[in-house]
Amino acid sequence: MSTGTVSHANAATDRNQELITRYSLGERVNHWLGGLTYIYLLMTGLAFWSPYLFWMAAVVGGGPTARFWHPWVGLVFAASLLWTFKEWRRDMQIDDSDRAWAKAIPDYIQNEDEKLPPVGRFNFGQKLFFWGMVYSLILLLLSGGVLWYTETLPWSLRFFRYAAVLVHASVAMITIGLFLIHVYMSTILEEGSFGSMVHGTVTRAWAWTFHRTWYYEVTGRSRPGQ
Amino acid sequence: MSQASTELVRISGHAGTVPGAGLNREFQVCKLVDTTTCIGCKACEVACLEWNGYSFSETTFDNSYQTMPETAWNYWNLIKFDEHEREDGSMMLLMRKDQCMHCEDPGCLAACPADAAIVQYANGIVDFQEANCIGCGYCITGCPFNIPKFSPTARKVFKCTLCNDRVSQGLEPACIKACPTGCLHFGTKLEMKELAQTRADQLREHSGFPDAGVYDPPGVGGTHVIYVLHDAKNPELYGGLPKDPHIPYSVWLWKKPLKWLGNLAIVGGLAGLAWHYMRYGPKKVEPIPPDDGRRP
Repeated sequence: MSTGTVSHANAATDRNQELITRYSLGERVNHWLGGLTYIYLLMTGLAFWSPYLFWMAAVVGGGPTARFWHPWVGLVFAASLLWTFKEWRRDMQIDDSDRAWAKAIPDYIQNEDEKLPPVGRFNFGQKLFFWGMVYSLILLLLSGGVLWYTETLPWSLRFFRYAAVLVHASVAMITIGLFLIHVYMSTILEEGSFGSMVHGTVTRAWAWTFHRTWYYEVTGRSRPGQ
Repeated sequence: MSQASTELVRISGHAGTVPGAGLNREFQVCKLVDTTTCIGCKACEVACLEWNGYSFSETTFDNSYQTMPETAWNYWNLIKFDEHEREDGSMMLLMRKDQCMHCEDPGCLAACPADAAIVQYANGIVDFQEANCIGCGYCITGCPFNIPKFSPTARKVFKCTLCNDRVSQGLEPACIKACPTGCLHFGTKLEMKELAQTRADQLREHSGFPDAGVYDPPGVGGTHVIYVLHDAKNPELYGGLPKDPHIPYSVWLWKKPLKWLGNLAIVGGLAGLAWHYMRYGPKKVEPIPPDDGRRP
């Protein structure tokens, strides 16, 4: 910080710490409903995926219990994600600024965020996560339905069973990749991110740092150059 | 089976050959079903129900003698009846006793995710251990013969055990015991293969069935239930017996390359994230400049 700003330091600090609402109570409750159900689905799914991870089923009540609840919990997760879709799909539209941001992803990975174009409520990475989860959900629901009542499919339609085991496992792997990145970034990578999903608020400085366009929108401040 | 456990195959620090190796009889069991001498009496169906303690299910009438369309979780042995018109216009009633084939390379076992829910004994019997079954139904997907059946009440999957409980006590399976025509045989795989070949030769040379042969499909490594068919070139005629059964390709893809790719991706992903944190660290919140960034 240059010496020219020192005289404003106290005022700026106060302003920096002012809180802005980022997620409503409904959004937060729904997020954790989705998060917890996903973790259950992950554990039971991984138990069915590999014998070396079968112990995960034991942790949540044993194999038959896991088999019974996995599809039902899957439906709850689906409901949570569908509500998220309804609430956020407008904010998640990918536009030209996202395409510019996408080109600067290497800077983002190297934490050189100052080189990135300003972003709105969600950045391009969050949008990819969102759409990745939404499209994965569709495939998981379709294949999961076949696996849930696999025994009721007649022999002549066995192709759907063959497709379902492949699709369900492959798409689940994609969501695991998305999930790991999401958890990493929102817990230890980005300061203040985790708290925002618990308390619903972020500091003005956080908004200015990570979601500058959104900061200008919610604070009613004009953008530079306007 | 018991002989198999004590038969020496390798000895450490031992000069010369392994004494006694290869002297034992083949201990792999096999059921031979000669469809050409089956009369469709269903004694095997009854014996199976009786021995395994299941009551009769309601039959389904579909203009044939067949008890029901396919085997059920509590009906492991079903004769499939098919009317077949030969080239000379004569009619044949094909009757094939359908049950678990006890594959050498079992698709059910390959697909099963539950520890020890499906085991394969050294004698070739593939057996479901319902106590360990979680009821996922993956075995139904893995089986190329449409055999494992789900019980909605037990929420577990059941199938023919090849009367493992009888065989381990030196008895033949219940269906074999009940067969009145001798179309069912039970013995070692080698003996049954020979007997089946002899019968097939007989059919080819003396009975006017030039395509008669033995069904012991190599795609699943051979089976411990084998058939003699009048027309081995068209096994589908016999209640849809698959011509070249094998573990479904998608099950193979899922359980082999996809599993290892997936595991590698998860471990690699976790390592990558840990590396990223150590290399670049957390993203810090920057203070807002007094002019909201208007002046760079």
